[in-house]
Amino acid sequence: MKKEDIQKHELVPSHIILKKEEVEKLLKTYHITKAQLPRILIDDPVVVAIGAKEGDVLKIIRKSPTAGISVSYRVVSKAVL
Amino acid sequence: MITPSKKEIDKIVFSVLSPEKIRKMSATRIITPDTYDEDGFPIEMGLMDTRLGIIEPGLRCKTCGQRVKDCPGHFGHIELAMPVIHVGFAKMIYAILKSTCRGCGHLLLDEKEIKRLKGLHEKIVERGENTSYLIKEVVKRTGKVSACPHCGRDKLKVEFDKPTTFREGGHKMTPAEVREWLEKVSEALGDNLRLLDINPKVARPEWMVLTVLPVPPVTTRPSITLETGERSEDDLTHKLVDIIRINQRLQENRDAGAPQLIVEDLWELLQYHVTTYFDNQTSGIPPARHRSGRALKTLAQRLKGKEGRFRSNLSGKRVNFSARTVISPDPNISINEVGVPIKIARELTVPVRVTPLNIEEMRELVKRGTNPKPPIGVTYIPGVNYIIRPDDRRIKVTDENAETVAERLEVGSIIERQLQNGDIVLFNRQPSLHRMSMMAHKVRVLPYRTFRLNLAVCPPYNADFDGDEMNMHVLQTEEARAEAEILMKVQEHILSPRFGGAIIGAIHDHISGCFLLTYKNREFSRDEAIYILSAAGYKGAVKGSMKGKEIFSRVLPPELNLEYTAKACIGCEKCLKEKCPYDAYVIIKNGKLITGAIDEKSIGSFKGEILEYIARKFGNDAAREFIDRVTKLSVAAIMIIGFTTGIDDEDIPEEASLQIREQLDKATEKIQQFIKAYNEGELEQIPGRSLEETLEMEIMRVTGRARDYTGEIASKHLGMDNSAVIMARSGARGSMLNLSQMAGCVGQQAVRGERIHRGYGGRTLPHFKKGDLGAQAKGFVSSSYKRGLNPTEYFFHSMGGREGLVDTAVRTSRSGYMQRRLVNALENIKLERDGTVRATSGEVIQFVYGEDGIEPMKSIKGKATSISLLLKEVEHE
Repeated sequence: MKKEDIQKHELVPSHIILKKEEVEKLLKTYHITKAQLPRILIDDPVVVAIGAKEGDVLKIIRKSPTAGISVSYRVVSKAVL
Repeated sequence: MITPSKKEIDKIVFSVLSPEKIRKMSATRIITPDTYDEDGFPIEMGLMDTRLGIIEPGLRCKTCGQRVKDCPGHFGHIELAMPVIHVGFAKMIYAILKSTCRGCGHLLLDEKEIKRLKGLHEKIVERGENTSYLIKEVVKRTGKVSACPHCGRDKLKVEFDKPTTFREGGHKMTPAEVREWLEKVSEALGDNLRLLDINPKVARPEWMVLTVLPVPPVTTRPSITLETGERSEDDLTHKLVDIIRINQRLQENRDAGAPQLIVEDLWELLQYHVTTYFDNQTSGIPPARHRSGRALKTLAQRLKGKEGRFRSNLSGKRVNFSARTVISPDPNISINEVGVPIKIARELTVPVRVTPLNIEEMRELVKRGTNPKPPIGVTYIPGVNYIIRPDDRRIKVTDENAETVAERLEVGSIIERQLQNGDIVLFNRQPSLHRMSMMAHKVRVLPYRTFRLNLAVCPPYNADFDGDEMNMHVLQTEEARAEAEILMKVQEHILSPRFGGAIIGAIHDHISGCFLLTYKNREFSRDEAIYILSAAGYKGAVKGSMKGKEIFSRVLPPELNLEYTAKACIGCEKCLKEKCPYDAYVIIKNGKLITGAIDEKSIGSFKGEILEYIARKFGNDAAREFIDRVTKLSVAAIMIIGFTTGIDDEDIPEEASLQIREQLDKATEKIQQFIKAYNEGELEQIPGRSLEETLEMEIMRVTGRARDYTGEIASKHLGMDNSAVIMARSGARGSMLNLSQMAGCVGQQAVRGERIHRGYGGRTLPHFKKGDLGAQAKGFVSSSYKRGLNPTEYFFHSMGGREGLVDTAVRTSRSGYMQRRLVNALENIKLERDGTVRATSGEVIQFVYGEDGIEPMKSIKGKATSISLLLKEVEHE
């Protein structure tokens, strides 16, 4: 079976890897450390697909019925054990 | 007076008490199981030793020298003759034994792996996460090892027999052996103990096997003196007596060199007593009982569960300045008010500080005493119950000392004034499921013994008056009062955050009243109009006779413009709008009701469009005023028009009854045809269903349709002049289905969504033939409630009714528990000022509240704005 590109599926929101400066800006605006960001597992299919590494911060852009577009951020991290 | 602590808590560390620590904090060693001597005096070194604190007034504590009130109590200790396992740590001991070597005490892992795990541990700590599941991983990894990588000793299988027995390779270990092993472990592991989730700075594994038992102060286990003069000891004391007795016997036997068997038996008995002393509900052993057969309440039982210390004394407390009584309705008070009985008002107080500005006023107040006689024409004036002088002395005001106390009143005192009209209180009805279950009201002191509340606030509290009780709390500080008034007042909760609509609004007769007033624009004489409008507090002039819609318009804000379909709308294919034959298209222009009848959808709680719009557009003050007025207006209107209902509202003419019979006969016949077809194998199967299922479905369809038909026939004869129909159509109470069940036929009864089929072999009741698949035999009720049900119908109806009852009982308990878990999981999550939703340690849960930043309470049915509403508004301008 041919492997489909999961990012093209309509239910998968777009994940973008943030640049270093962008990450710094994000952390500064919210006055937080990386550890306080929501996480996404490193073996998450989308993370694998876009080739993000541990510690990368992803910008996730979703469609929302009430807000139109909703943006959130997640830091790629390994499972603890 | 409580002296505020100068120390601030920085952190709390949980640890295990060491034997040395236990001895050090002990006021005395306890050696005798006896408590008091013949004179009723505590025996030295007994369980009630006065060094452990005192419980009788007059005595002084031997340890701290203080009296009953000030002595906090002091621990003692028992030296155990032989060590015993602490049940609370048994699981942890098991994990340690499994993962370490008995010979050298090391972890059963090589250096490389230990190092790796240590790195992992550090990482988890760094992240601030829970380290407790690391121990599971360690145990899992060591489980595969067959010999110690450090000393080469074979690893025997360690087994754990609940609650306190350990075996190594089938051989039972004594607690002493276990302790020896654990000593080796703490020796060998040192800082690596952290991998087993133990902080070596505060806890060592061997302390989990007890050699010394702390004895709690007598203040935690006070004995009570019965009326007969007999002393009754606390359960904990009983248990400690058992422990000391066995401990003594064990010691004697061991010292006398008794046979190993006897010593071991006693040792096990000691273990049992110590185990039940900690937790008397330990699985695997019988609970220790009182002489009467009642299970003893030991340490764990004091803390656990709903009646335990946490849920009943720490998370939930009984409070002062509160009252509880039965509620009853009062349509004359505002939704913001609550009627408080005089008896309660005299008991509850508000603290008022005496200042140079108000001292004369306060003096007058104090002079009145605790039960002042109100002047003529007034039912109640507040008095003063207590005065707190600047030196913190409390003085009770009595009729005798009121005068003198008032004279001596000085600036800086605080007087505890009885409730008066206008005081802010919190009002609550359990179960407190949402924030509207506890709202702030203004006090209105009234005669009689019940709390009075406006009918429009029944929906948020889910209250009725069949004996419901509610609680009231009097706020004690200025800050609390201000906060409550701004945030918690009833009018601030007219719009619900649950669905962005009004939750407070008209119910029952209010809706019938407004409907009667406005439906088809009834005419009222000048006198009637004046009566109705004055009831609503209308101040303008009434020139002559008035139409209903005109009267209603007088309570609307003049700038109001609205257009919507009423509840009575039946959804015609082509809406005639203002020419609606049912008067179900509401148009309000500049505060004038042009067309449409006012019903549930206009002013009802949960639905009221007008309410919602006024609250949003003109503010909560306007909405409160509107609700107060419209309810009074409609009650006045319904009283002028007159309204009643009874079973004869469901009377239908002879011919209609015949028609209904005919329909039912037809349905029965049709069912017979289906059964015949089924028996002859001619029934056409529905795809994906068996033949039997097909038959059932067809029959259910026929019975369902039969009931609807009869309902239609019945309702054709019940017009808008019928009170029951008015209530159903306007949404005040009841539905058309209720009516057709009363007038037409009750219909098919079902259990688990199927026709009733169980009971006797092959039939539901002995009244039917075996294998009868007909309507009557399977729970179709063709009678109406009004005609009455025959015995078999009655039975089937009870079966259906029972299912409904069971369903609701199960649902409430289950959803209650689900909610409890949700609340416990989410209670610490908070919306921060920067708009993010965060947990306690600042972790972001959502970057924007709800991902769209919309406050549901200010939303329009959950949406940020409503384009159609905006367009309409623009249109009007």
